[in-house]
Amino acid sequence: MKRAIITFFRILQTGIVNFIRNFSISIAAIAVMVVTLTVLLLSLVVNATFSNTISQITAKIDISVYLRNRDTPSQTTQLITELKSLPNVQSVQYLDKSQVLKQYEVQNANNQQLALAVSETSNPLPATIHIKPKNLNNIENIKSFLVKPNIKDLQSNPPSYSGSLEKAINNITHATDVLRELGIVAVVVFGVICALIIFNTIQMAIFNRRDEIQIMRLLGANKNYIRGPFIVESGIYGFLAAVISVVIINSLFVTASSTLQATTLGLLNISYATSYFDNHFLILLTLQILIGIMIGAVSATIATRRYLKFKLKP
Amino acid sequence: MILLDRVTKTYSKALGPALNRVSIHIEPKEFVIVVGQSGAGKTTLLRLLTREERPSSGKIIVGGIDYDKLKDKDIPMLRRKIGVVFQDFKLLPNKNVYENVAFALEIVGASGYEIKNTVPKVLQIVNLKGKDKNMPLELSGGERQRVAIARAIVRQPKILIADEPTGNLDPKHAWDVIKVLEKINRFGTTVLLTTHNVAIVNKLKRRVVTLEHGKIISDRAHASYKL
Repeated sequence: MKRAIITFFRILQTGIVNFIRNFSISIAAIAVMVVTLTVLLLSLVVNATFSNTISQITAKIDISVYLRNRDTPSQTTQLITELKSLPNVQSVQYLDKSQVLKQYEVQNANNQQLALAVSETSNPLPATIHIKPKNLNNIENIKSFLVKPNIKDLQSNPPSYSGSLEKAINNITHATDVLRELGIVAVVVFGVICALIIFNTIQMAIFNRRDEIQIMRLLGANKNYIRGPFIVESGIYGFLAAVISVVIINSLFVTASSTLQATTLGLLNISYATSYFDNHFLILLTLQILIGIMIGAVSATIATRRYLKFKLKP
Repeated sequence: MILLDRVTKTYSKALGPALNRVSIHIEPKEFVIVVGQSGAGKTTLLRLLTREERPSSGKIIVGGIDYDKLKDKDIPMLRRKIGVVFQDFKLLPNKNVYENVAFALEIVGASGYEIKNTVPKVLQIVNLKGKDKNMPLELSGGERQRVAIARAIVRQPKILIADEPTGNLDPKHAWDVIKVLEKINRFGTTVLLTTHNVAIVNKLKRRVVTLEHGKIISDRAHASYKL
């Protein structure tokens, strides 16, 4: 056990020394890893920002069902129960005529003429049910329920679907999906390029150290002792690349929000993205470091398995 | 200690066998010299013993380890039990004398204390006391070969294989190296030496195994040798 610990620290030390010694040939590997991890981090932050934008807009949208004045309380209760049981319904809120009037007065507090017109009559506003769907892209079942003849009979006017906002949300959702898919494709493509460049770097390092490796083998060094420093070296590439990528993204947001004083960049809410990045800084940094080390270590393991022949042929 | 039973090694059928049904038995603490012209099969024999090659047929047993039953993952353990010295020294050029010798202990997980204690003693055995900070390029051929010997014996192996260790040395330095090998043999290590240096063979008066075209043509105790 003691020997295993000593060997582990020697592998670590050799890996660090080799990294310093071969820094010049590792620059390409680190650079491409920085690009990969930057794209990944940007995708994560952009995705979180878009999700927030969509949920903010979605929260403002509902379906309003206007009831007739002659509907009985039991009819209304039954309708609310049936609406709640629909699969895509998140919440149902019932407002009676007086509550609707109060809401109207609050909403039109600045328009005295409108407020006066309503107060002077005997409250023409109908009792209303507000339905919040779970997913705005899938409200067909709610629509079809509301047009059933027996349900339609309970309504004074056709329901309101906040039509224009729904369309806007559909567009944003679609754009987010496309960007998310592009992000995944970019991360995969850069990940593969990254792995290939690390393969190449490790192959060069193995070639440069072929005499040393041969001597190590002849002296009885085991596979892990020979392979370990290469894996440590690639892990260091990943660690450095992760830190650099976090610094790049941080600088990008700082520049966008302070120097350019921008709050949005196209669909991207810079303020939210910056605060999301700040609030999740440690998690994102840890995630980036783990992913970077994993890409480096896995690539080096595969490369050493491929280029360090450990099997003998008879 | 070392047993080869009808061992054949063929690299290519067109060239014929490099070793052809070779059988040798070496007792513990023996000093055996394998002689032969270039291409006789000396290096192949040693590469089979260090498991750098597998035999095409035949049986090899070294220090009780049957090579037929040896798995690839166990080869490092075997090599830790055998010390090997090469004609071209195979020292690490970026490490000094002390570090080169310590390297053999480092790869088996020896502690810093163990290394500090052992390396100076071994350097004294090979008469390199005071040279521990020198880099390999600052040493003569004989001194470099003695560093290689120190590295080979630092783990106290029961067997020491020396492949033409005097091949690149002038007679004086060659004899210095041989004297170190004799000293190690006196401590109880089995030594297997390959050479085609007639003077050394005749002066040592040890058991001589002669190889020619991959076959043993003579195996005699206290023999002399003629080219």
